[in-house]
Amino acid sequence: MYLDETLILREIDVDSKAEVLEVMARNLVNKGFVKESYIEAVIEREKNYATGLPTKGYSVAIPHTDIEHVNKKAISVGILKNTVDFGIMGEESATTPVKLVFMLAMEQAHSQLELLQKLMQIFQDEDTLQFLANEDSKAKVKNLLNAKLKTQ
Amino acid sequence: MKKQILVACGAGIATSTIVNLALEKMCKENGIDANLIQCKITEVPSYEDTADLLVTTTIVQKEYSFPVINARAFLTGIGQEEVEAKILEELKK
Repeated sequence: MYLDETLILREIDVDSKAEVLEVMARNLVNKGFVKESYIEAVIEREKNYATGLPTKGYSVAIPHTDIEHVNKKAISVGILKNTVDFGIMGEESATTPVKLVFMLAMEQAHSQLELLQKLMQIFQDEDTLQFLANEDSKAKVKNLLNAKLKTQ
Repeated sequence: MKKQILVACGAGIATSTIVNLALEKMCKENGIDANLIQCKITEVPSYEDTADLLVTTTIVQKEYSFPVINARAFLTGIGQEEVEAKILEELKK
C-alpha cells in the first residue's frame, strides 16, 4: 500500500466531514491514485455507511469506496486542525469527533488483510494516535506509519 | 450442522475482511465448524434462507430471520470480548 509525504495532509481546516473527504479525495485524484469519480463516491458512501470509530484516544475514520474508482492502491492520512463529527460505523445516528482520517484507496476486494489488521492495531494504540495527531513533521509521521504498517 | 455466518460491511472490502479473519480464528479456537461468507450488506438478502447469523460493521435496516451482531469491536478492540461471547452464544445454539 502506497503512502508518501504528499498523501499526509496536516492541519486540515474544515467544518464538516464532506469537506475533509473532498480535500483528501481531491489530493488522491491529483496524484493519479484514484479517478475523479472517487470523490463523489467516497462522500456518498460515508453518508450511507459511516466509518467513524471511537477509540480509547482520538477518534478516527476510515473512508473508502468501491474498487472501480481506484487506479492504484494507496492510503492517505488527514490530520484535522479541529475535529469534525463523523457518523459512528454501524450506528443509526450517533457521531464521534474525528481527529485522524485514514482514507483508503483499494483496488482489489478482500485484499490487504495484513495492512488493514495493522491499521486496526494503530487504532488500539493510544500513544501512536497521540503522536500522529500532534507531530509537526510529515516525514516522521510517514516513517512511523510505514514502520507500523509494514507488511511482509 | 455447519453454521453459515455472513460477514458484511458497506463495500465488502475493508472492515468485513478484518472481521472475517477474527471470526475464522474464533471458530477455530472454539471448535466451531462454520461457513463464513464475506459480502456487502446489500448482498445479505440473497442469503436470507440459508444464513444462521449476520455479523456486520454497518447499520442493518431490514429485519432478518437470523440474529444480527454489530462487529465494530473487532476494529477498535473496545468491547471485543463481549461481542465474541455474544457470537459464540449464538453459534452454540
